[in-house]
Amino acid sequence: MHETLQTQVIRNPHRQADSQLRRRWAKLRRNKAALFGGVLILIYLIIALLAPILFPGNPSAPNLMKSLERPSLEHPLGTDELGRSILGRIIYGSRVSLLIAIGVVCVGLFVGVPLGLISGYYGGKVDFGIQRATDTLLAFPGFLLALALVAVLGVGLKNTIISVGISMVPIYIRLVRGCTLSVKEQTYVEAARAMGTRDVTILIRHILPNVMAPITIQTSLGMGTAILFAAGLGFLGLGVQPPTPEWGAMLGSGRAYLFNSPHVATFPGIAIFFAVLGFNLSGDGLRDILDPRFKL
Amino acid sequence: MRQDSLLSILNLRTRFRIYEGVVTAVDGVSLDVFRGETLGVVGESGCGKSVTALSILRLLASPPAEIQGEILFDGKNLLSMSLDEIRQIRGNSISMIFQEPMTSLNPVLTIGEQISEAIKLHQGVTRQEAWSKAVEMLRIVQIPSPDIRAREYPHKLSGGMRQRAMIAMALSCHPRLLLADEPTTALDVTIQAQIVELMERLKEEIRTSIVLITHNLGLIAEMAKRVVVMYMGKVVEEALVEDLFLEPLHPYTHGLLESIPWIGRKMKTGRKQLQEIPGMVPSLLEIPEGCRFHPRCSRLIDICRKEEPPLVQKDGRRVLCWLWK
Repeated sequence: MHETLQTQVIRNPHRQADSQLRRRWAKLRRNKAALFGGVLILIYLIIALLAPILFPGNPSAPNLMKSLERPSLEHPLGTDELGRSILGRIIYGSRVSLLIAIGVVCVGLFVGVPLGLISGYYGGKVDFGIQRATDTLLAFPGFLLALALVAVLGVGLKNTIISVGISMVPIYIRLVRGCTLSVKEQTYVEAARAMGTRDVTILIRHILPNVMAPITIQTSLGMGTAILFAAGLGFLGLGVQPPTPEWGAMLGSGRAYLFNSPHVATFPGIAIFFAVLGFNLSGDGLRDILDPRFKL
Repeated sequence: MRQDSLLSILNLRTRFRIYEGVVTAVDGVSLDVFRGETLGVVGESGCGKSVTALSILRLLASPPAEIQGEILFDGKNLLSMSLDEIRQIRGNSISMIFQEPMTSLNPVLTIGEQISEAIKLHQGVTRQEAWSKAVEMLRIVQIPSPDIRAREYPHKLSGGMRQRAMIAMALSCHPRLLLADEPTTALDVTIQAQIVELMERLKEEIRTSIVLITHNLGLIAEMAKRVVVMYMGKVVEEALVEDLFLEPLHPYTHGLLESIPWIGRKMKTGRKQLQEIPGMVPSLLEIPEGCRFHPRCSRLIDICRKEEPPLVQKDGRRVLCWLWK
């Protein structure tokens, strides 16, 4: 009797995994702000994916007869100085912004995470070298660094991603290095070394999964920052170039008509605001869920 | 070095260069581990027991650690091997069990993955073969429903089960030497007994030698054949376990044995409390002159303050003390 009871308890590993997922989901549901952030991101994703269906025309085709029109049924958010629908440009702009956000965190992750792991794990001269380089990069305010890099690399979508991405790299290096320093002192890392495991295997299989939580949080927060930085570059005319619809650039060109046609600058601004808000709220929510220090 | 010696440590000196100076954690230790035997290493916290074990597998980060001397395993010096060669030894010919079973398994990998990783690494078998060997090892260490447990994460196992899993991992490649660093310290008494029994049985089955590092003299009496007593980085006494318990030669060993509470043992006349060794272990940065134990020794003679004692051989025992000169 006792035996059957025990085997029954053990034989349901999936159920326990399920319950952990369910617990996290319940926690997420209780965190209204994070849920709101997640919904915002989802909406932007859907808009970006369905852009051609939501706005069948060409968002960049000028129609000077209709320039600077106020919101109407035909153009729900009005038109800009070249008579292009602002709604259409915002819809297509979400593709550009999400692409930049993903590209930037990819640069940050692929460069920053390995360097952070190496720096934290090996220590010594390697660590010293990487950290002094990181210090140098961190000495510049992030946006200024991105700006300086654009000045060197030139404008455009690819260069925006690269320069904003590089400005994020030191943040990932610091974060991952710090976590690696604490994880590498754990007995299981020593035990893995005592079993003859190679350093590369230890880094990838034993340390990386244990530092994933803070990386995930930083990635969500980083996407918000990336959109903001890219929009800032676009606003200055140093980001993605016209006629590609980009929120920052739309904001920049709308600035000239702020008093007579405020909708030209306002709606792209709102689009940026909610995108950044969405990523920040969901980043905070992820922190609440993933950070063991906040666990109940 | 005797013929049947599996591991012989000759004049091992492990030093750490830190900001305050140089700490010599292991200071000229020499010892032999024979094939198939269990050697007990006892001493207080900080006497260099663990550092000796970590030096054998070269697991200490260098710098700050500097290791000198010779560690011959099967006649080959581990200290002069390349990193690749020592990696071949780790987990394969020599493996290690740690004190804390709660933290010595990786929380994000299943038990089976961790054990089969070691098997795959050293035996060059396929993933499936390694997995079934891992399950087999879990069965050998008497974990119930091993095929289910193998798929679970460490947090679902109790402390005793995790230590069994660690033992399964350490023995998965049938090592010839097992370094057990306080393997039962973090477990409660009934589980300790089970782990001791398990290690005894596996030692016979796998024919491995064990270096048992502990401050638990009861465990030594239970498992070890020979005992090495360490104090402040030096071997102060070495003897067969019966001899050591019957007639400890070094005053420090004597003090250690006196400070164990024994039910039914009479206190010395005039004493109501358990005997203790007076004083504290001095900092390794301020090693006392002469014999390192002299500030705490109850049988102090003049020369102890001035000169380091010689290693005295007596009836097959070794003792580091002026009293037996």
